[in-house]
This record gives sequence, structure tokens and C-alpha cells, in this order.
Amino acid sequence: MISSGERDFVVIGGGVVGMCIAFGLIRKGLKVTVLDEGDRALRASRGNFALVWLHTKGIGTPEYSKWTRRSVSLWKQFADELKAASSIDVGLEQRGGFLLCLSEEELQGRIRARGQLQHELGEDHHPLEILRRNQLAAMLPALGPEVVGGSFCPLDGHVNALRLFGALHRACELRGVVYRPNSTVERITPVQNGFEVQLPGEKLSTPRIVLAAGLGNANLAPMVGMSAPVRGERGQIIVTERLDRFLDYPVGNVRQTDEGGVMIGASKEDADFDTLTSTPVLADLASDAVRMFPVLSRARVVRTWSALRVLSPDECPIYDQSKVYPGAFLVTCHSGITLAAAHALDLAADLAEGLLPRRLDIFSARRFSNVPTVM
Amino acid sequence: MFRRLCEPTLSITVYIDGREVRVADGDSVSTALLCAGNLPVRRTSVTSAPRGIYCGMGVCFDCLVTIDGEGNRQACLTTAREGMTVKTGSGRRSLSAETL
Amino acid sequence: MGEVETTDFDLLIVGAGPAGMAAAVEAVTHGLTVALFDEGSNAGGQIYRNVSISPISDKKILGEDYFYGARLVADASSCGARVVTGATVWMVERHAETSLFSVGVLQAGSAKLYSARGVLIATGALERPFPINGWTLPGVMTAGAAQSMLKASGAVPEGKVVLAGTGPLIYLLAAQFARGQVPVAALLDTTPYANLWKAFAHLPGFLVSAYFRKGVGLLREVGRSTRIIRGVTSLKATGSERLEAITFEVGARRRTIAADTMLLHQGVVPQVNLAMAAGCRHSWSAERLAFEPDLDQGCRSSVPGLFIAGDTGGIGGALAAEISGTIAALHFARDMGKVATSVCDLKARSLKDDMKKVLRGRSFIDAFYKPAEVFRMPADDVVVCRCEEVHAGEVRAAAVRGAQGPNQTKTFLRTGMGPCQGRLCGLTVTELMARTLDKTPNEIGYFHIRNPVKPITLGALAGLKGDGETRRLF
Repeated sequence: MISSGERDFVVIGGGVVGMCIAFGLIRKGLKVTVLDEGDRALRASRGNFALVWLHTKGIGTPEYSKWTRRSVSLWKQFADELKAASSIDVGLEQRGGFLLCLSEEELQGRIRARGQLQHELGEDHHPLEILRRNQLAAMLPALGPEVVGGSFCPLDGHVNALRLFGALHRACELRGVVYRPNSTVERITPVQNGFEVQLPGEKLSTPRIVLAAGLGNANLAPMVGMSAPVRGERGQIIVTERLDRFLDYPVGNVRQTDEGGVMIGASKEDADFDTLTSTPVLADLASDAVRMFPVLSRARVVRTWSALRVLSPDECPIYDQSKVYPGAFLVTCHSGITLAAAHALDLAADLAEGLLPRRLDIFSARRFSNVPTVM
Repeated sequence: MFRRLCEPTLSITVYIDGREVRVADGDSVSTALLCAGNLPVRRTSVTSAPRGIYCGMGVCFDCLVTIDGEGNRQACLTTAREGMTVKTGSGRRSLSAETL
Repeated sequence: MGEVETTDFDLLIVGAGPAGMAAAVEAVTHGLTVALFDEGSNAGGQIYRNVSISPISDKKILGEDYFYGARLVADASSCGARVVTGATVWMVERHAETSLFSVGVLQAGSAKLYSARGVLIATGALERPFPINGWTLPGVMTAGAAQSMLKASGAVPEGKVVLAGTGPLIYLLAAQFARGQVPVAALLDTTPYANLWKAFAHLPGFLVSAYFRKGVGLLREVGRSTRIIRGVTSLKATGSERLEAITFEVGARRRTIAADTMLLHQGVVPQVNLAMAAGCRHSWSAERLAFEPDLDQGCRSSVPGLFIAGDTGGIGGALAAEISGTIAALHFARDMGKVATSVCDLKARSLKDDMKKVLRGRSFIDAFYKPAEVFRMPADDVVVCRCEEVHAGEVRAAAVRGAQGPNQTKTFLRTGMGPCQGRLCGLTVTELMARTLDKTPNEIGYFHIRNPVKPITLGALAGLKGDGETRRLF
């Protein structure tokens, strides 16, 4: 593809997915423009829980589990590169993560999940231990009496999400990425040597384009011969006042940030464009957290928020290259933090080459029965 | 650094950082702290900067002290009670220390 | 043997200041069941704080306007509304399916949910942030804080006391201190001279208002008793562990004076958090330099069934607050079918006339005491977010780097993420970004505020767990 000179790629979407792709593209020496929306855009990224999480992800879809494992194993390198490029340390801690069970029934469910995962992955299965209460107590001293056991994956971890954004933006800025906020894309028109991107009052041309606009991809994808059947799923999050460190490992629904506040989450509700927070859900989340770590009963809530996870029908990522317009790519997932490393170091390299490899075919939207096969 | 214009009708005793202090029944803990000259009231978690009483009405969250063992309570919204213990100067709240 | 106290009301009022109290009295006369909540230990709000139990025997010190509030408190307490003090409302949520409101109340550490057909938010005002170098030092307080201590405990600052800022309240406090024989080293008046020209158009209305009559007397009183330094264009508080000195500029001259207490004030602004979290639309007022809820003539907000009265709807003072509380309750009663529209309209017209009278002169006050830009959009090295210790320069830089508004700035800098939920930095951040990006504050917007708007423990929140089960990720 002939470069238009000014830019090699336009990335639509300035969230963690778009910015990781941009970072990965500039790693390959390409010129990138990122188009982002305004201050009150949906921004799934802003609602992230900052987990770098493998654990039981990808049950029923082993390729997703393997892809996640790849990203988790690349995360340290990614963090180091970000630090070198931005001078910002994203605070990666990767010493393992837990899921806790408040009933024997839940624990049996975890055991079954682990069994299924190991069966599906065979030799490739990653370490995942089932632990009973007494084994957990040493690593989680504040554990409450209602916890019967849980699972532990030593490859899991978490990161300071705000510093991750800061580092991504800074690294991209320093390396010449053109970041354009308040630039909602109205239309993409395929043309002779690439695409024309219509913004309010302005047109940009680019030889290649990446759609990383989260829920916005649903409207944009058909313009370039692709499909992005995504829906929003709301997750609500509670954050407490800053506390002395008492939780040394992330639990899937409770983690203590390096600043001291405790984040509590993991709710799911169908809600396409509604990012409200609601007391019944928050009460449930608080109840779980307090049952797992009774000391939290006295911790004060300082803020709450909610955001929409971007989900495909099988909750796995969609990576696509348009058959009709091969310069157009689609990247969407709900685990933007976990997959950040793979996106920046692996996937972006493929995009830079201009071709999605066959091993990523399983992530094409064509896998969904209602997507026309002509695409 | 604050004083009273007239003697209170009813005095009670509170303990500020271990010191016995006489305050008026009905005083907020922030008034008690200011009348006893206890500044700063805490240090911030980010830079350990000294903080005191600012807004007096519960919106600034500067006057966070440990009251009767419970950390991060807003002094200006808490009424002093006989025998209350107030500790100033805590950094991040330590939940485990409060359990003991 | 006792009945379980009901948690269901026609009208639930948040805030027992003049607006809330007047609304309670009005609503009850129309046969509505009413609950009136206040976070303080007594009704009265900030302006009439503790008026029913004020320890100051010499009424002249605080002034007769303060004791007028005692009558209001007595009326509200005896009108038949359920008055609950020591009750912090942390959440108002409207349920679209039922048109009912859930209101979360915290009392003595435990949380309870109330339900109501209508809610009136009358949470009043708070001091406008006054970001100057050293404003976080112990010993620097708002004038309002000092005035509250005077009202509630008869407590006054010792040592070298300096008042700084602009607005009627700082002069009132100076007069109250003078009457109580509290020595004030200086009143550093930051009212920009240029304001007099800008306020000129509003002068006629002001000259025939109560503000003028009272104001002239007040200024004379303060002029006699207190050293006033006018035209102050910069302020800096210094000290290591606490305030020790204040450096200020008047034109080209810079001076430093020793100080033990600095009382800052540059007007008050509406407390918007509860209403914003409930979904009420707000717009920027260029005259009053604050976000105010969009309200109709009946004090209805953009959320059906949610009314806003008093200073929460736009700063108008205590008497205007009383009238707007009455207007809101009247219109809610009409919406509930308790008052015929014709009756409501007739009374509303009369209330509107009363409102015009008490607001006379207000536009002059707003224009004359409009705070200078340097004290709203400070220099780069001034802390603007006290909770997270973020400086003005960082906010400007974030805007230059591409943050389009306060919510993205929050993501980069943590401004607005602390426990105060933007109450002390929100307006500053919005104005700084608007200036840097050459947009209006309305275009820039404000922090996205969410419930709980007051701190509630996880234990108390968990106690509200209902029968439903939220789906979980894991």
C-alpha cells in the first residue's frame, strides 16, 4: 500500500485498545493518527478494573485462553518498553491472582471449571491451583471466615490503570503519534489508495485504518466491509478511601491499588448505552467484598462508577481484516488491559505488515452465524 | 488558637492525642481541636503535607482524625462526647490497627 | 408495642435550611406526608446554624437576621413533618418503572432506604474554592467555617487574624468579630476595582434594595473597626507546619504580614453533587460563575418529580431560599393533585412578586463581588485539587495534551477522585480547561458525579443488600 505520506494508519478510538495498537505501530516505525471522541464519550477503558488476568478465561474457547496467556507472558516486556518510552512506571505486579468462593457449591464450580480448562488445553494448560481456606490464609491474611476456598493462577496480576493510560499517551506523544480528540468519525469511505475518513468539517485520507472504537465499531465496521456484532454490558465499580496495604494480591472482584484505595467490582448487567450506577448492584458488590474481607466493613466508599464492557456474542475478541478492503482492520475485545501487551507487541506487528495471520482467523467475526459469509 | 467568647454552660472532657481537654458540650470535634490548638490535624497520603480545618462543614475532607478508634472521621461533622478519644496525624487509615 | 416507623413519604426533603424548612411547612398544609432530613445535629442549615441552641447570649453580635431563623426552625419542627437530624443523604435515585424515588440515608453509621413520590433537594451552598499558594496550610480556613464556629460554639480565633477575599459575608464576619471584640489584623479585599464599572448597570435596583440599606451600615461599621486594604491582586500563605505569614500585592507593592489565622471567602456556590448524581441537568451561569440546575418556574429539575430550591438552585440568599422552598412544595402539591392549578398559579404569582423583592440588588452583588480570574484560575504552582494534591499547571498541561474535559483530566491526574468528589476543585478545573482550550465552561462540562455523594461504609452499603441477585463476572 502506498503511504499517503502524512500517515500510514488512522486508528479510530483512543482507549486502551486503540492506544496500544498505536504504540505497537510506531514501534514498527509507522506514522499514526489516533482519532478520539470527547470528554463524556462511553470510553470502556475508563471503567477498567486494571487486572492482567488469565485464570479461567477462555473456557470453551481454548484459542482465546492461549492468546490471553501469550499476552500475560508479554506484559512485563510491554511494561518495560512503556517505561523506557514514557518514563512512567505503570506499577505492574504479577505475582498471581485469586478467585474466592463463598460456598462449597461455588468451590465445586471452580474445580469443574479448572478441569474443563485443563481438558481443553491439554499439554498447553497453564498453572491454576485450587486452594482450600487454610492454604489461602497465608497469602490473604485478612480473609473472612465465610471463604471456603478459591483458585490461584500464578501468572495473574494487576497494574495501575491510570498510569497505564498516562504512559501510553506520553509514549505515543513523544514518538510522534498525532492524537486528535473531539474527532468523532462520521463516515469512512473506501477510495483508490485507502480510505477517506469524514470528521465534523474535515476529511482525512489514509492508506490503512484500524477500527478500535469499542461499541462504536458496530456502526463503522460495515462502512469498510466488516461486521462488529458487539453489545454493551455494564459493570459497576466501588472505590474506597486510601487504606494501609492489607491485600497483597488481586482477587478477581477485589483489589487494592498501589495508592491504597480498594476497588470492588465484577457485576454484569445488559445495558447498551447506560452508564448509571445503582444501589441494589452496589450493595451486592459491597456485600461480597465484606464477606471475603470483613475488615472492609468499616472502609468508606469514596466514589463509584460504571462502564460498558464491549462484548462480542461469545465474549472473545474480534480481530478482522476486511476482505473487500484489505487495508481496514477491526480490533475489539473486553479485556483491553490483559490483552494490551499482545495488542501492542504482537497484533500491531501483524497490522504493520498489512496482513492478519491465519492463526488469528478464529477471531474473525465470520465465526458468528449471523454474519454474512461474503465478508 | 481559638478561644470562647463566653464560658460554656456545660463542659465535658475529651482526650486529644492523650491529653485531657475540656470542651463545651455540643462542640464539634474540629472546634475542640482548634480551641486546644491542635494543628496540624493530619498529614496527606500523597506528600505528607500538613492539613488542618478548612471548610468546617464536611465538604473538604481535610479534618480527618481517628475518633474512638475509628480512622478517617470528619472532625467538623462529629459532636464531641464525654470521654471521646481523638488522635490526630494518622497517614493512611489502617483497618487492621483498628481491629485490635 | 411501638409501630415500625414508615420509610415512605409523599415528599422527601434533603436539607433543613430555610428552603427545606419552608417547603416542609408548605407541603404539610396541603396534606402531604413529608420527611425533612438534615446532616447537622439541628435544623437551620448553615445560615441559621444552631440558632435554636446558640450559646451566644448577646444577640447583637450575630445580628437579627440570624435569629429570624429561630422562628423558621420552630415552625418546621412543629408542622407535622418528620424532621430527622444527624441524617446524611448519600443518594437519590429515580426509578423509571415506578416513578418513585429511592433515597439513601445514613444515620449513626447505618444506612436505610426511604422511598418517596417526590424529592426536594435543598442542600444549600458551599464556599467557592479559593485556590492560592498555601491555602492548604493549617490555619487557613474559610470565613464560613469561622462564622459557623462563632454561631455554634461562640468560638473565635486568637492571635493575628486576617480576613481575605470578597463578598458580603467577609464584611459581615468582620463586623461580628468587631462586635465580639475579636481583633482582626487586616481585611485584604480582593474585589477587583473594574467590577464597579461592570456592576454599574445593576446599580439602580441595588440602591432600593435591603442589601444596600444593610450593606451601607455594615461597611461603615467595618470601616470604623477594621483595617481594610483594598485592591489586593495576589495572596500567598506561607509557613512550614502551619500558617505563619501572608504575602499580598496591591498594584506594584508587595507586603508580608505575620498571621496565625487566615479566613478566605469569595462567595458561595450551589452544592450540586446530589442533584447531579440524580441526573439533573446543570448549566453554567456566566453571571454567577457556577453550575446551576436547569429549573422551571415551579423549581422542577430535568428529572420528573425532583425539585430543587434555595441556594442549590442558584445563590439567592436566605430569604429567597425560603420563598423558593415554598414555591417548590406548592408545585409538587399541585402535581400530586392536592392543589387546583388555578389556586397554585394564583399563589405562585404572589410568591414570584415576593421573590422579586428579596432578589432586588442581587444582580449588583453578583457583579460587584465577582471574584477575580487570578483567584479562580491560579498560577501553575498552586494546588487546585486538595485531595490528590494536583497543581493548576498539571491541569493546563493535560488540556494541551488532549484531555477535552474534566473527566478525561480525572483519568490522567486523579483530580476529582478524592473524597470531596470535586467540591473543592470542580469549578477550578472546569474554568482552567475552558480557558486553556478557549471554550466556554458549559462546553467543557463538569465532573461526572455519582452516588454515594457522601461517604458510606461498605458495611452500611452491604446492609442494603436486597433479595435480587446481581450477576457476577466470576
